[in-house]
Amino acid sequence: MSKILGPDDVRRALARIAHEIVERERTGGLVLVGIADRGDHLALRLAGEIAKIEGVEVPVGILDITFYRDDIGLSAEAPEVHETKIPFDIAGRTVVLVDDVLFTGRTIRAAMDALTDLGRARRIRLAVLVDRGHRELPIRADFVGKNVPTQLSDDVRVLVTEVDGEDGAVVEEGTTGSALKETPAVAGQEAPAVAGQEAPAVAGQEAPALAGQEAPAVAGQEEGA
Amino acid sequence: MASPELLFRGARVVDPRAGFDEVADVLVKDGVVADVGRGLGGASAEVVGCDGLVLAPGLVDLHTHLREPGFEQKETVETGTRAAAAGGFTAVAPMANTDPVADDASVIAEVRAAAERAGLADVFPVGAITKGLEGEVLAEIGEMVAAGVRVFSDDGRCVPTARTLRNALTYALAFDEAVIAEHCEDASLSSGQQMHEGISSFSLGLAGQPAAAEDAIVFRDIEMARLTGGRLHVCHLSSARSVELVRRAKSDGLRVSAEVTPHHLVFIDEDLRTYDTNRKVNPPFRAASDREALRQGLADGTIDVIATDHAPHAVEEKEAEFDRAPPGTIGLETALAVALTELVAPGILTLPRALETLSCTPAGILGARDHGGPIEAGRPANLVLFDPDERWIVEPPFASRSRNSAFLGRELLGRVRFTVLHGELTVSEGKATR
Amino acid sequence: MNQHLLSMHDVSAEDVIRILDTAESFREVGTRVIKKVPALRGRTVVNLFYENSTRTRISFELAAKRLSADVINFSSGGSSVSKGESLKDTALTLQAMGADAIVIRHSSSGSPFQLTKWVRGHVLNAGDGTHEHPTQALLDLYTMRERLGRLEGLRVAIVGDVLHSRVARSLSFGLVKMGADVTLVGPATLIPADAPQWGVHVSHDVDEVLSKLDVCYLLRVQTERQRLEYFPSVREYARLFGLNRSRVSLLPEGSLIMHPGPMNRGVEIDSDVADLPQSVIEDQVTNGIAVRMALLYLLLGGRQGEAAAEVTDG
Repeated sequence: MSKILGPDDVRRALARIAHEIVERERTGGLVLVGIADRGDHLALRLAGEIAKIEGVEVPVGILDITFYRDDIGLSAEAPEVHETKIPFDIAGRTVVLVDDVLFTGRTIRAAMDALTDLGRARRIRLAVLVDRGHRELPIRADFVGKNVPTQLSDDVRVLVTEVDGEDGAVVEEGTTGSALKETPAVAGQEAPAVAGQEAPAVAGQEAPALAGQEAPAVAGQEEGA
Repeated sequence: MASPELLFRGARVVDPRAGFDEVADVLVKDGVVADVGRGLGGASAEVVGCDGLVLAPGLVDLHTHLREPGFEQKETVETGTRAAAAGGFTAVAPMANTDPVADDASVIAEVRAAAERAGLADVFPVGAITKGLEGEVLAEIGEMVAAGVRVFSDDGRCVPTARTLRNALTYALAFDEAVIAEHCEDASLSSGQQMHEGISSFSLGLAGQPAAAEDAIVFRDIEMARLTGGRLHVCHLSSARSVELVRRAKSDGLRVSAEVTPHHLVFIDEDLRTYDTNRKVNPPFRAASDREALRQGLADGTIDVIATDHAPHAVEEKEAEFDRAPPGTIGLETALAVALTELVAPGILTLPRALETLSCTPAGILGARDHGGPIEAGRPANLVLFDPDERWIVEPPFASRSRNSAFLGRELLGRVRFTVLHGELTVSEGKATR
Repeated sequence: MNQHLLSMHDVSAEDVIRILDTAESFREVGTRVIKKVPALRGRTVVNLFYENSTRTRISFELAAKRLSADVINFSSGGSSVSKGESLKDTALTLQAMGADAIVIRHSSSGSPFQLTKWVRGHVLNAGDGTHEHPTQALLDLYTMRERLGRLEGLRVAIVGDVLHSRVARSLSFGLVKMGADVTLVGPATLIPADAPQWGVHVSHDVDEVLSKLDVCYLLRVQTERQRLEYFPSVREYARLFGLNRSRVSLLPEGSLIMHPGPMNRGVEIDSDVADLPQSVIEDQVTNGIAVRMALLYLLLGGRQGEAAAEVTDG
């Protein structure tokens, strides 16, 4: 088992993400929704950082996506359920989903479906502490703490003090060889896969918006508080 | 047509009436036992090697339901006697709760004729005590005795009043060998019951009947036997207290005999926790202490007979909600094996004693003189040969028309190989011959 | 969790906690505008109700629909059930239709057990004869835990015709399993003699018990029972065991009054008592949907395609 992030790395990453969020999204109409069961703690920390930077309290909610998973019925037992608590209306807001690890993308797909049932957000962004690649759906993060190349069979876990007693991220090597799965490379967005490993999309290099499709948010034109 | 000559060579011959238990050869010719001994010859005989087999008097079931006439969807005399033969029985006593009820000589004759046509077992029909089993007016007991009936029972029902039972016991005194066999159940205590009343019935949400429903009537009936000096046989005992009452009655010198079923020696009320309707029987399976008392009663002679109370019911009747399923389990094909597995193997009964309760004693009560042994030259050849070590699982197909066995899926020890009825094989190598 | 929920013996104490915790999440779903999640999309849940019970059936129906499952209702008074088709044939038909779960309510104790022999799907007991009603017990446990914060050590009295009550059985088993202190109260003819073997106390004097309770759970008195000679009259029952205003004052502060419904106002409970704030009878109904959603989710959310559970030899 190797350590990919220590407590200071986590602190710095969260501070940087908070700055990026503030810079790109502004705080008007902004809400953070953490995906249980570690994303919610990260979301609260981010809200704390944003408050330090901008002096603004951004609302934070917790979202459990268990009921929206696409793999219900595939394991022996029904997946464990956590609390959902979103005490505000997301209609018209900019929702930044916060999760600990971005992997196949299925959790985020479920989270987006859940959010859609809760209301019509103006836009949804995604912030993750660790992006480990191996996407199975066309999903990408807008804000990333660290990109970590991994093998499919590896186990990557984020630790948060509130739950695990310390902050950090670790990777546990899985068995190589037969556990590997072919992941189709997504054209134009990822560095070519190194044998057995996959490099995730590089943070901060959002592809330029295609002409005519979206102009960057201009201050004063956003809806909501 | 002469019946074949059969030489059963080298079986362990167990003959409780003769006190004989040794390896020997038995020669059967012209419907009777021709010789018993060692190194028997028999030039024209068909030799059957019986290494490892036990040869005993054919079993006799004192309490069976053949369902014909009237309920042929459950069983007929033919299918029932075939089941009997498969289980090693050469004689059975079918109860009178048919439709029409066997309360006079005509129905008796009909059942006998059907049995003769089938030729699979001797049948000794039981006559009803009261007309139509209604519990009021005595049936034509004298006429039935003249037709050869010895045992009378309203089984299925209990004679409702002490007065009627007293009259029946007294009336039967005129007929030397007549026996009144009672199904002891106080209907007011047992009405609506599905099982034994106790913590199991409370937990399962099923109405129960307390053991007292049987005990109270066993007490009543024994007192009537005492009052009249009549001959009483108590059917299918299920409760410890009843066993004790019978024990007391015998030590008082009363003419009381008693029977127990194989299934009551095995199952208890807890065994109903899966709501398996094949375990719904009447009287119901009671507590472990009751089962213990029944086994003890057999061992010490308080209980004289093991009788199957073979009670077939059609598949669709039993595959219903528990409270709608009729009570009863088939038992002819498993009785011997159950006795071997649950009584002889664990040492509760010796093999001769077990065979005595399954053959000799019921033959005596029934007046079935050709059955129960002894196995000696000149006596009718009604025999069973079984492998006491063969293990098998109870599962369909059965010889019986019905499949409602409480033992379904259970492994038993002991399998019938040959059944001989008046010198002819009804079962050979474990299969029916006709 | 087991494949089926036939009785409270099918769930361990850990399972109960899991069910109640999961029900919390489903209660939250019930507060949303879209009270629906796609968790059981494409699954088919059949309500097989041989006994008329609009409220329980609707509760199960809503629970299944809020999980996005498809619901089929077979109730008595409609089609084959009333035409006298055997339970087995109905079961085989449902099996052929691909029912993933069958919720069965039947007047014969043990029917759910028999159903498991003929279907491959999950069977949930919504009340069988006088045997059990496990979903009712679970929603009652949920209500108690939610209002009082715990189950262990709770002092609960179950008052009424315990002998004929499936709710009383399930609730007793469930409370004992979770470490509560249970007393059955009622006339001696309506409490099973061997009840202490269930780990409960028995009392025939409700006044003596009331002052030491956290929960007073009232059973519906079946007025038809009187014909079976268990009890002289409704009037005598109400006098000896009915929860009237003066009895309510004996209950400690903060204790709950519960009833599985429907109530016989004026018999086991006086009208004005039923409407007191400490009576949580309405909560029991709301919580019923959340608990049933949790059960359907936990049962069907595991791997599908299991063979029907074998009826084991005793």
